[in-house]
Amino acid sequence: MDEAGNGGGNGVTKKFMYMNRKAPYGTVYALESLEVVLIAAAFEQDISVVFADDGVYQLMKGQDTEGIGMKNFSPAYAALGDYDINKIYIERESLEERGLSLDDLQALTWEDEDDDWKEKSSLHLVGRDELAALIAEQDIVLSF
Amino acid sequence: MPLQIDGKTYETDEEGYLANLGDWTPELATAMATADGAELEDNHWEVINFLREYYEEYQIAPAVRVLTKAIGKKLGKDKGNSKYLYELFPYGPAKQACKYAGLPKPTGCV
Repeated sequence: MDEAGNGGGNGVTKKFMYMNRKAPYGTVYALESLEVVLIAAAFEQDISVVFADDGVYQLMKGQDTEGIGMKNFSPAYAALGDYDINKIYIERESLEERGLSLDDLQALTWEDEDDDWKEKSSLHLVGRDELAALIAEQDIVLSF
Repeated sequence: MPLQIDGKTYETDEEGYLANLGDWTPELATAMATADGAELEDNHWEVINFLREYYEEYQIAPAVRVLTKAIGKKLGKDKGNSKYLYELFPYGPAKQACKYAGLPKPTGCV
């Protein structure tokens, strides 16, 4: 087991991974996952978030939900950096299979306090094999 | 319980948060504060307006830790700390200020 990382207080820090695998609308999974991630962030856990399969559509730029009468919650992903969530993994094969690239996704950034608040990208493109290795490192994996 | 101000009725949830963001006016904020026995001054409005701008951009109400950090960045270190924010909003800065700002209760709010 890894030593607890940068968690504050006396609490236990665990490695949580949230897997997002479904399209953003049509089911409530994407929104529920986002809410759970934001709640977990309040408990200062070591969080990573994955977008794979149809989940990559959750980060698409320029979402317009007017026609389906649902709230467009995609702007909230840009707040993840404020919540110190900057390990966001996008599965390369999922993007390619859908004819997408990172340019089709909204840019997510965080500010590095230890580097003069420089803005850095939170998005990490990983292959299926790398993702499998990342999953194996986690204490807890939740799939949505 | 619906909120009644100047002969108009506004829907709220069971904790007093506005049901429709679009209903919000500064007068409503003042009325909600008065009902809690609080008075809103410039320092309160600074936070309330900040929250409304944050919601406009991200479509979520920030958790208190995020709010504290962001306020510090925007308004200075002397305001970006929980002591200052709890003095302004003793029921919890995220919770109480979000209510007056017409936002939903913050996700993961404590």
